[in-house]
Amino acid sequence: MTKHHLSAFFKKPLLLCALLAASSAPVLAQDTIKIGAFLSVSGPAAFLGDPEQKTLELYIEKLNAAGGVLGRKLQLVSYDDSGDAEKARTFTKRLIEQDKVDVLVGGSTTGATMAAVPLAEAAQIPFISLAGAVVIIEPVKKWVFKTPHTDRMACEKVFVDLNHRKLTRLALISGTGGFDKSMRAECLKVAPNYKIQIVADETYGAGDTDMTVQLTKIKNTAGVQAVLNPGFGQGPTIVTKNFKQLALNLPFYQSHGVASKEFIKLSGDAAEGVRLPAAALLIAEQLPESDPQKKVVVGYKQAFETAFKQDVSTFGGHAYDGLMLAVEAMRQVGSTDKAKVRDAIEATKGYVGTGGIVNMSATDHMGLNLSAFRMLEVNKGAWTLVK
Amino acid sequence: MKWMTPRRGGLALLLVLVLALPLVLVNNYWYEVAIQIGLNAVVCVGLNLLIGYAGQISLGHAGFFGLGAYGSAILSSHYGLPAALAIVLTNVGVALLALLVGRPILRLKGNYLAMATLGMGVIISIAIVTEDKLTGGPDGMSVVPLALFGQPLTGELLWYWLVAFTLVAAVALALNLIDSPIGRALRALNGSEVGASVCGIDATRAKVGIFVISAVFASFAGSLMAHYSGFITPGKASFFHSIELVAMVVFGGMSSTFGAVIGAAALTLLPQLLTVLKEYEMVVFGAVMMLTMIFFPRGFLPSLMLLLARIRK
Amino acid sequence: MAAQLTQFLLTGLTVGAIYALVALGFAIIYNASHVINFAQGEFVMVGGMVTVSLIHAGLPLLAAIALAVLAAAAVGMALEHFAIEPARGASPVTLIIITIGASILLRGLATLVWDKKLHNVPSFSGEAPIQIGGATILPQSLWVVGISLLIMFLLGRFFGRTLIGKAILATSYNPMAAQLCGINVRFMLFLSFGLSAALGAVAGILIAPITLTSWDVGVMLGLKGFAAAILGGLGSGVGAVLGGLILGIAESLGAGYISSAYKDAIAFVIILAVLFFMPNGLFGKHGLDRV
Repeated sequence: MTKHHLSAFFKKPLLLCALLAASSAPVLAQDTIKIGAFLSVSGPAAFLGDPEQKTLELYIEKLNAAGGVLGRKLQLVSYDDSGDAEKARTFTKRLIEQDKVDVLVGGSTTGATMAAVPLAEAAQIPFISLAGAVVIIEPVKKWVFKTPHTDRMACEKVFVDLNHRKLTRLALISGTGGFDKSMRAECLKVAPNYKIQIVADETYGAGDTDMTVQLTKIKNTAGVQAVLNPGFGQGPTIVTKNFKQLALNLPFYQSHGVASKEFIKLSGDAAEGVRLPAAALLIAEQLPESDPQKKVVVGYKQAFETAFKQDVSTFGGHAYDGLMLAVEAMRQVGSTDKAKVRDAIEATKGYVGTGGIVNMSATDHMGLNLSAFRMLEVNKGAWTLVK
Repeated sequence: MKWMTPRRGGLALLLVLVLALPLVLVNNYWYEVAIQIGLNAVVCVGLNLLIGYAGQISLGHAGFFGLGAYGSAILSSHYGLPAALAIVLTNVGVALLALLVGRPILRLKGNYLAMATLGMGVIISIAIVTEDKLTGGPDGMSVVPLALFGQPLTGELLWYWLVAFTLVAAVALALNLIDSPIGRALRALNGSEVGASVCGIDATRAKVGIFVISAVFASFAGSLMAHYSGFITPGKASFFHSIELVAMVVFGGMSSTFGAVIGAAALTLLPQLLTVLKEYEMVVFGAVMMLTMIFFPRGFLPSLMLLLARIRK
Repeated sequence: MAAQLTQFLLTGLTVGAIYALVALGFAIIYNASHVINFAQGEFVMVGGMVTVSLIHAGLPLLAAIALAVLAAAAVGMALEHFAIEPARGASPVTLIIITIGASILLRGLATLVWDKKLHNVPSFSGEAPIQIGGATILPQSLWVVGISLLIMFLLGRFFGRTLIGKAILATSYNPMAAQLCGINVRFMLFLSFGLSAALGAVAGILIAPITLTSWDVGVMLGLKGFAAAILGGLGSGVGAVLGGLILGIAESLGAGYISSAYKDAIAFVIILAVLFFMPNGLFGKHGLDRV
């Protein structure tokens, strides 16, 4: 009895020691360039982090196969923060202090990114974020950049389209997630600039399974002309299906949070006619040959879909852009010196990525303008470009 | 060594450990983990008083942690109060709140109490997320650093000592409480509430008292965490965090203050260690929780003590 | 106005029926073993996800559903056998931690077996909305409410009329006495878990065409189901059902008339209020305190 207890008892601490050694052993040889990433591969933001992780792995492999960068191999050190900002912070510290990475590419969500920002600034390491909110680069922080379009840009793109269609009275319905709230706040802020009046502002909870209540209130709002749903994940799909169920015959806009084939598949024919602003990646094949982005997006799309047998995602595209920006900067300065690489990233001009053409500056650490977003519409079950 | 009771011995051991640990901590990341363990341990020590000794349960304690964090953050960052004052005011506020809700909630028993504390935690969590003008919403908010006598407290080492000191103080306080008349009243309560009342113990008063104390432990740790990280998100007040805290207490051993510290250490370290497993992390984490509770139902420390006692025979 | 109210009520009824099924699952397990099974939500998830896989593999809807329910029942029974049975006699808090560990384990397995994306299940009879008094309801909602009612009726007969059902009830009232009467208490426990899991799976399959399913769909539903079970009074089947319906309708009306942002909070506030006046829930058995 005692013997059994003893051996069972010591197995645990031994296992713990082994794991501790394995997990904290300084990562591999000195000669590799270490790309540090903290992504939300599991948890509520998994469909952001999962394609991001896969993209980073795929392209680091490709770059290594082509000879690496500056004659050295690239190595990805990535951790899964499950969408928890506190974990993101701890992993960022781990990447900086323990794994001693050369650059940070990560932060799938705004919360995770903002938690890591003070660490990146203090450690003076270039950090390219993959999250959406405008607060990441406004006010500009010296060491922090981002590749995705801001939520404010998404609002503006939708408002421009509303102006085209001569519609002014808009209803908002959004979730309680960070992305939803941030975009909603931005839309409320910039609406007056485009003479758009927000006539209704409904919200739903994260795990909600039915939004007919909120949509009914919108339906009964006097003079409503269009509806916008800033959100991502499960919510917008249910909103879209409820929208059809209630026969709300109004122009309906979604956000770039659901810019994926997945959204159409899940919403079924309720998605017909839905419009949203998205990166060119979604309609890669439909781009005219003359479009400067065509080669890059088609190339990425095919590589991703071949390797992983799943539909391409704009979020994965942001990770691609982040990685390439960092690598390009290193190639330009010929070293991994953090300050020099930072300067090179900031000086990026004319980089053609999946998200658009990037022109950064000291005051603009994202580098995309409104033309980087295309207005898409669901037509016969597929994304099409709205002229 | 007559004065060396197991409790005092344990406290001395903790003190030595805490003093010696910096020798092993190689870089800031290790310090960060140590600090997080310390803060979690403070919460767990308080929660253990409630669960282990008073025999109650709380599935909403992360709510108090979150209130401590956000209260201090808002008072210092939005209203410009010096951080130290913000922390004090916040914790007094939380104590009052716990006093207010404690009375009605603690009339409930068992699973109903669990549900009520769960509900309380969820309501706090929702309020934090919704009132985004004040709290920054789901994306969180920045927090100004803690400053004492005009000097901002930054740097891992400084915070390590602050948290370590807090932990030792918390453990000493808890141990003191357990051996005091209040503590004995609690243990009597745990055995039989009716019996205790018959002996003249005001059950409600004792339960509410412990509830308030454990709430303040949690909110104080929350305040410290807010100023240490410089950035907080509502996740810290979530139901999942509440469950994590209960798991730490149970894992380490209920009715054991040191067990609570060990439980906090183990379950804070585990996710860091399991990162090697990548996508298998969740599976292994769940399995470890289950297996530990099945084979060591009283928790780690009591089982260890039992084993040592058996070896001694 | 009336149309709006009708819409809110219909929505609340649909959601409430799902909560009721999940709550019943909690109630059955609690009755048999006094364990709060925090992995209940995961049974809901297994039901939906297995159905998705089977349909993908080409099975007709009905066969997929039947097999999915059986699969969930198997998972439930495995949980009882490997996790609950060995820990018999442990304190309630320990058992709670075990079931929580189980729910994490199941979710982790789900991400490995399937993936992290959302999945669709085809509606049983199409998606053309039905008009009822100015409000619309999906045909699937009718299935949800209809089948839930059927199940409750069947459960009532099961527990009231069949021998096994009565044996399970006897076990929950007094395990020792039941054992003395020759009832295999361990087996009853085993069955209860299987039954509960099957119930959860049915709920998951019914709601999946409306709300989509994924690896973590069980988390919120489990929580709400638990809340409903407590509201109705733990251990009472009728209480669980009523609790679920009240919760669903309260949420719906709260979102409609008060604030959609605080919808979840409203539901919990109501539960807290009820518990304040009725510490054992609506139909809960009054606990006896042995001195």
